[in-house]
Amino acid sequence: MASPRATRVIPSAAGIAALLLWEAVVRLRGIPPYILPSPSLIAHTLWDNLDSLLVSWWYTVKITFGALALALAGGVLLACAFALSRTLELALFPFAIALQVTPIVAIAPLILIYVDSTTASLLICAFIVAFFPVLSNTLIGLRSADPNLRDLLTLYGATRWQRLRWLLAPSALPYLIAGLKISGGLALIGAVVAEFAAGAAGRETGLASRILEASFRTEIPKMYAALTLVALTGVAIYLASNALSRALLGRWHPMHFNAGGD
Amino acid sequence: MPVRPPHPRRRRASVSMPATIEFAQVDKRFGNGVAALQALSVAIAAGQFVSLLGPSGCGKSTVLRLIAGLEQATAGQVRVDGRPAHPGAAAMSYVFQEPTLMPWASALDNVALPLRIQGMRRRPARENALEALAAVGLADRAAAYPAELSGGMKMRTSIARALITRPEVLLLDEPFAALDEITRHRLNDELLALWGELGSTAVFVTHSVFEAVYLSQRVLVMGGRPGRLIADLPVALGYPRAPTLRLQPQFTQHCASVTEALQLAEADAGAADP
Repeated sequence: MASPRATRVIPSAAGIAALLLWEAVVRLRGIPPYILPSPSLIAHTLWDNLDSLLVSWWYTVKITFGALALALAGGVLLACAFALSRTLELALFPFAIALQVTPIVAIAPLILIYVDSTTASLLICAFIVAFFPVLSNTLIGLRSADPNLRDLLTLYGATRWQRLRWLLAPSALPYLIAGLKISGGLALIGAVVAEFAAGAAGRETGLASRILEASFRTEIPKMYAALTLVALTGVAIYLASNALSRALLGRWHPMHFNAGGD
Repeated sequence: MPVRPPHPRRRRASVSMPATIEFAQVDKRFGNGVAALQALSVAIAAGQFVSLLGPSGCGKSTVLRLIAGLEQATAGQVRVDGRPAHPGAAAMSYVFQEPTLMPWASALDNVALPLRIQGMRRRPARENALEALAAVGLADRAAAYPAELSGGMKMRTSIARALITRPEVLLLDEPFAALDEITRHRLNDELLALWGELGSTAVFVTHSVFEAVYLSQRVLVMGGRPGRLIADLPVALGYPRAPTLRLQPQFTQHCASVTEALQLAEADAGAADP
């Protein structure tokens, strides 16, 4: 098992090495920027267009986190409702699955027609993509509580609320966090994909619109610059969810134990 | 439910009355048709330490679950303190084969759980829990999480949690089966000491003849299937019991007669369980 130091150093070293290799290949081979821009050119383009790109980035971030918050609230509430009522689960789960398996690019144009505000439709699209992992994982988590602990709470006459507070919620938390890790990335994908489907229309636009716009003008370095922001945002969301997981579960969940535990 | 004041270290005199347990012609049949118990009749006196011994699948755990009210008898009656058994009928605690601790909570908060459920505030519940942990020699590990404790320590924590409510009835389902022999012997002595202080009625399920004889005043040997009573053997050894008792002839004699009854039970059960 890698040491904590190695787990920090190795990924960054690999990333830097890949960038250097990329830069070297582009320069040595003399590949023109409209085919493949070098990392330094991308960084340069990013810096030159930073102000306008950051405005778009902020818009995408708002959609992503808005959708993620809705997915979290909706997924957890629905999972609790399903855990309490089997009938409700049987009735509604097929809808959740149907929404999950239908590609968002296929639904997005419809939502854009039905909903006036582009922002609202993007939010809905990103929500649809993001909420299923939260729902499904939380539901499994609520059901996976230790049966002996359930019996113990029954023996001590725990109320429904106490059962939720002392047993079900903590049991479901690791599952919820695992769902959130998936949903965080999906919310960003949903926000970007839905904006692609929406096209570059409207005044308020996110990073997808900037990528489209740059592609119409064949500004390849600018496409890469916007893409870099999307990728960095995704990585940041992943790291943030890992940090959240560590903060909430680090002390007790085996997932976070180092080698040689137990 | 009223909060009973838990003072794990106090003497026997101050304890709430331990409960009598009665089984009258109890049948238990599960939903899948498996008959777990048939015509079981037995009475356990208040404050008695009784062991249930028998081959696996003979319904020993079912007996505990019926007393706890976690299962209902198909026929006949289970009474605790003269009232039909149901969860909360008497102050009861259950110790499982696994320590069954909440992995997300410290040892202290695990032990405090029953008091918190009974409505006690966090701080007094924790103070009581610390006392209970001290009684099992774990005061210095109160802040540790279950994953940071050894198997024996986890089981001690589980016992502290069971005793913190000063139960009238203490149900133990092979609590030491997964532990090594040295730890098991030590925990046997600790359990006896704590039971001596509390004066609860204790029902202890085990696979070990020696453990049953060492701990109890009476050994009920069960056979299966369906589970029923094969032998009811008194253990005429006084308390306190010391580890050296295991070397003495009267201990060995008791073990011999219990083993004999167990062999009878196993022959009776036939090829009931692999």
